[in-house]
Amino acid sequence: MEKFTTLTGIAAPMPLVNIDTDMIIPKQFLKTIKRSGLGKNLFDEMRFTQDGKEIPDFVLNQPAYRKAEILVAGDNFGCGSSREHAPWALLDFGIRCVISTSFADIFFSNCFKNGILPIVLPQEAVDHLMDDARKGANARITVDLESQTVTASDGQTYGFNVDPFKKHCLLNGLDDIGLTMEKADSIEKFEKTLAQSRPWV
Amino acid sequence: MSGPKTIYDKIWDAHVAHEDADGTCLLYIDRHLVHEVTSPQAFEGLRMTGRKVRAPEKTIAVPDHNVPTTPGRDKHIDNEESRIQVEALDKNARDFGINYYPVSDIRQGIVHIVGPEQGWTLPGMTVVCGDSHTATHGAFGALAHGIGTSEVEHVLATQTLIQKKSKNMKVEITGKLRPGVTAKDITLSVIGATGTAGGTGYVIEYCGEAIRDLSMEGRMTVCNMAIEGGARAGLIAPDEKTFAYVMGRPHAPKGAQWEAALSWWKTLYTDEGAHFDKVVVLKGEDIAPVVTWGTSPEDVLPITGVVPAASDFRGGKVEAAQRSLDYMGLTPGQKLSDIKIDTVFIGSCTNGRIEDLRAAAAILKGKKIKEGMRAMVVPGSGLVRAQAEEEGLAQIFIDAGFEWRLAGCSMCLAMNPDQLSPGERCAATSNRNFEGRQGRGGRTHLMSPAMAAAAAVTGHLTDVREMM
Ligand code: SF4
Repeated sequence: MEKFTTLTGIAAPMPLVNIDTDMIIPKQFLKTIKRSGLGKNLFDEMRFTQDGKEIPDFVLNQPAYRKAEILVAGDNFGCGSSREHAPWALLDFGIRCVISTSFADIFFSNCFKNGILPIVLPQEAVDHLMDDARKGANARITVDLESQTVTASDGQTYGFNVDPFKKHCLLNGLDDIGLTMEKADSIEKFEKTLAQSRPWV
Repeated sequence: MSGPKTIYDKIWDAHVAHEDADGTCLLYIDRHLVHEVTSPQAFEGLRMTGRKVRAPEKTIAVPDHNVPTTPGRDKHIDNEESRIQVEALDKNARDFGINYYPVSDIRQGIVHIVGPEQGWTLPGMTVVCGDSHTATHGAFGALAHGIGTSEVEHVLATQTLIQKKSKNMKVEITGKLRPGVTAKDITLSVIGATGTAGGTGYVIEYCGEAIRDLSMEGRMTVCNMAIEGGARAGLIAPDEKTFAYVMGRPHAPKGAQWEAALSWWKTLYTDEGAHFDKVVVLKGEDIAPVVTWGTSPEDVLPITGVVPAASDFRGGKVEAAQRSLDYMGLTPGQKLSDIKIDTVFIGSCTNGRIEDLRAAAAILKGKKIKEGMRAMVVPGSGLVRAQAEEEGLAQIFIDAGFEWRLAGCSMCLAMNPDQLSPGERCAATSNRNFEGRQGRGGRTHLMSPAMAAAAAVTGHLTDVREMM
């Protein structure tokens, strides 16, 4: 997994609430057995017409946001299905950070596994960053994971919370499985007890 | 922790294999369910790193999401990408030695229906699957939730998940349900009351008389949609109904182990005075048969209601509601029961079980679907299908004009050929009415099987109570 330390980039505003994973990556693109190449279908049904033409109004089709690396989004971003294709598609497009007032649980956790930082901020902060994002390519937002801050183009800075373990993994690009395997003894011990206490499992 | 515990606390405590100082735990996973869409990249990950499946005997795979539901699929699947995914699952199941129900097996079906049916899902277990509707298994008093593909790989390799404990939420449904009101109406009404983010960060325990009165099938319907309310999981304390359902299933414990299991299962209830971080109470008698009007499961109203206006909402929801109205092609003030329907879909892990088919067939008996209507029943598993045929339900559906399909997810998410066309309006018993969920441009109204059957007969959204 790629490390995430700091990021200064263009942020695309997506004020819609309840953006679900079916919108982020519609199911017809889940038929892949790979993780890569999904960026071209990110937000497919919002981004393209049925015959594959770009919908000019859609934010990521506007010249200012084609290279966006951050999304500022409405409440409850990523709700719906557990498909990890959603963060894969965001990442493949180039999005490394999503900022919202709230996220759906599974999506939130899937982001961290793929080097994407989801940031929860209070409504006023999201509103301010949303306005900033609306300014287009001239307004760059800076995210610093180490110091846990987001800075708008006018210098206004907001602190955010992040789980220390997840922060550590993201900063260092660590793979969860490798870390867990270091605890194989605990798992083995647990399995031995389990065989006694609940043998039907 | 000491003091009174919730059932969630009890199951959690029984599965912590390791705890870090900051509360991050390795939670041991008792059952890992796998399907073809969210697993290929996980198995590929194992191959690339030379890792094995740690507990193949606790891992169960079944193709369901994009299998066709028409005959001949065990010989050939036309869609190449779907075929590759199903073949990949065949191969992964074989190579890694996990339990497998291929499409040719009568026990094949939707993963959340197969698990309980085969007795893999048992009270007090931790159950995960790369699918958000894993919450279904919570009906057995199991801690069950969806995971992403990286976590699928993590569970395959280590039989654990890295987790932090969620908060406890109690959803109590008091009293009795009125006639015509079902488990689906309960679960939709709860989401209507709490919103799709109302459960975020929580594990819900559903309780109260109306929940106790539900069959196991109904309880699965309720827990299935916990995720639609944002919750990590939903569960219901096991009781005699649970034990009766589980007993004798192929993978349920037998003999002395059954007795031992039973005595532990009987301790799985929330202690008097246990703490809940959030409590929601609905009166059973206040719940009406409901339908959704919009493109979020929280857009739910009694069938007697009218389509709302965007200005009825506040904040970001105003824009979302307007978008929903446009997408759904509805006019504010229009009576819900005037909305015409093109298609009816009965099935999915929410409502694809035998009891759901019985409820729909009871409405359809001796009737015909409205002319020009497309209607299909997709049983949740091959065994549900066989039972429905034996009970004569299949014939009722066929006589009414329904298509009688093979088991799978089908038009719940339309990854197989069962899809809506743009603008086509569907009365569906599934769980998501998102834009494009049942096919690009398709319009979905969620409801109970009986309500969907009623709509099939009249051709518009219908209050099932008028047909009872
Ligand atoms: S029936 Fe629908 S919700 Fe259930 S597992 Fe299949 S696709 Fe998911």
